[in-house]
Amino acid sequence: MTTQPTAVQHAVETVESHLHPVASYDLADHALPTGREEVWRFTPLKRLRGLLDGEPSEAHLKVELEGPASVRVRELSTDDAVSLGGTAPADLPAALAVARSGGALLLDVPAEAELDQPIVLRLTGTSIDETVWGHVVVRVGAHAKATVVIEHTGSARYAASVQVIVGDNAQLDFASLQLWDDDAVHLGHVGIQVGRDAQVRSFQASLGGDLVRLVESAEYTGPGGEIVMYGVYFVDAGQHIEHRLLVDHNAPHTRSNVDYRGALQGDGAHSVWVGNVLIRKVAEGIETYESNRNLVLTDGARADSVPNLEIETGEIKGAGHASTTGRFDDEQLFYLCSRGVPPELAKRLVVHGFFADIVRRLGVPEVEQRLMAALEAELAENVGLPPAGVA
Amino acid sequence: MATLDIRDLHVSVDTDDGAKEILRGVDLTVRSGETHAIMGPNGSGKSTLAYSIAGHPRYQVTTGTVTLDGVDVLDMSVDARARAGLFLAMQYPVEVPGVSVSNFLRTAKTALDGEAPKLRTWVKEMGAALDALGMDREFAQRNVNEGFSGGEKKRNEIAQLELLNPRFAILDETDSGLDIDALKVVSEGVNRFSAQGDRGVLLITHYTRILRYIRPDFVHVFVAGRVAEQGGAELAERLEAEGYDRYTKAASTS
Repeated sequence: MTTQPTAVQHAVETVESHLHPVASYDLADHALPTGREEVWRFTPLKRLRGLLDGEPSEAHLKVELEGPASVRVRELSTDDAVSLGGTAPADLPAALAVARSGGALLLDVPAEAELDQPIVLRLTGTSIDETVWGHVVVRVGAHAKATVVIEHTGSARYAASVQVIVGDNAQLDFASLQLWDDDAVHLGHVGIQVGRDAQVRSFQASLGGDLVRLVESAEYTGPGGEIVMYGVYFVDAGQHIEHRLLVDHNAPHTRSNVDYRGALQGDGAHSVWVGNVLIRKVAEGIETYESNRNLVLTDGARADSVPNLEIETGEIKGAGHASTTGRFDDEQLFYLCSRGVPPELAKRLVVHGFFADIVRRLGVPEVEQRLMAALEAELAENVGLPPAGVA
Repeated sequence: MATLDIRDLHVSVDTDDGAKEILRGVDLTVRSGETHAIMGPNGSGKSTLAYSIAGHPRYQVTTGTVTLDGVDVLDMSVDARARAGLFLAMQYPVEVPGVSVSNFLRTAKTALDGEAPKLRTWVKEMGAALDALGMDREFAQRNVNEGFSGGEKKRNEIAQLELLNPRFAILDETDSGLDIDALKVVSEGVNRFSAQGDRGVLLITHYTRILRYIRPDFVHVFVAGRVAEQGGAELAERLEAEGYDRYTKAASTS
């Protein structure tokens, strides 16, 4: 779906990432998970509320759009949406979402448009008793510049395929906020295609829901593209939040930077972060770094963090990864306390800073404020941390 | 008039080989209005003294007392010690990602005073404190110590000292790693603090250089976890000429 590979490339491009099964629209290509597969082993299948059965459903999330008048949401047939050429579904929930959704929402930013306001797509679920299949396509034309925010609230059993297609030399800031009610289930795939010399910043924030499992992938449709994937998650007692990432360096001189941060609190809080960067033979001169940091605030919480790097060429500028999971840094707490700050407030400041460090890079003030407020609320809820008051 | 009194202080740290005693009976009295320099070779326990007074969890006090106007300091939590009037300027100030200097200091000031400082005067005060240490006001918006050079971290510690204005300041090798310009600026900050007349300073240093800018009333030489000798400012001059050899040899043969 990108530039035509040469015969030589075909001959050497045999790598298939074992961590990410081949993407496909065909349901037959996605076996029903048993829980023993590498990509499903962390997910409690019983809590998916039967979503993987793939029952047809007519239900939809309520759609509201806010933003520049020049941008509209259009409904497309599934065939027309697929023909736009976005990344194919990476897993069964996303493939089911395309197959069952009965059409897609297309958010289209025309080529060379420069939007001075973010586009906010609000998707609201009405009930956990409803299964909803979603297919969203975000297309940003060549040389365009836009900010797109998808916000999920309410409750549903929701599986979606989100395809983000970024044209050559375009700039996109994309954010997906999972601010669900406590009982929601959200599965699916966000597939991002980065055009030649395009710059994409993606931001995932998962705070709500009973179970959220999202695959986020990036691939390049030409050389010189750059993607930054940031993420934050806050996992409470009993919550399962899983982010699986794949950056497929399938073009030379491309760059990627992944930085996900999570905090966990309460019994049975479980986060999963699996990051995979695949550097194909063709991807000479690329640069990549991926990092995941988890802050475990209480006993009884569990963070799984697995960074992976699959390298098929050594002719690159740089590649690295880091993963840390730990409790509070005693030296940071001592420093703050030695200035008179009580320990609980010191902890709050540290967690606030841990997230603010990433959230501030989003560059969309309204969303930053909302997110920080939501994170503050999470903090106030548990750990005995005092309510807000440190602006 | 306040008094920080340290009596027969013994402090150990846990090591792989079990507890190791670092301070072996320290006696020291600092009254408000006085500046005490604590000097000594590496490993003599100078920094351990600083961190023990501030209450760092790594250091276990096995015997002895530290009191502030007769009140037991060792019984207090780290933050309570700060609220009682103690301040530690650290040798290696810690980075706190995502927390701005401004937010950090305002939170500290609020905790110390029991009420939030008035926003308008506070911004002015903070700006003035940064100006006085030769720091750009833009530092207020930067994350605490993140990306600061060694010198900037030390200036930031002294800016905090002036803003929070404790009763007793413990300066742990604030001079180490500073070039001469930064050393002067930092020393001036400490001198402004002392010039209030009713503040005490415990200045821990490896070098005599900073004592050219900060005049101590008392000098204590620390060797092997206790005070080996004490005197006035002239003792520092002798150390400058002779170094610590005399003490370390005596300690190793005793």
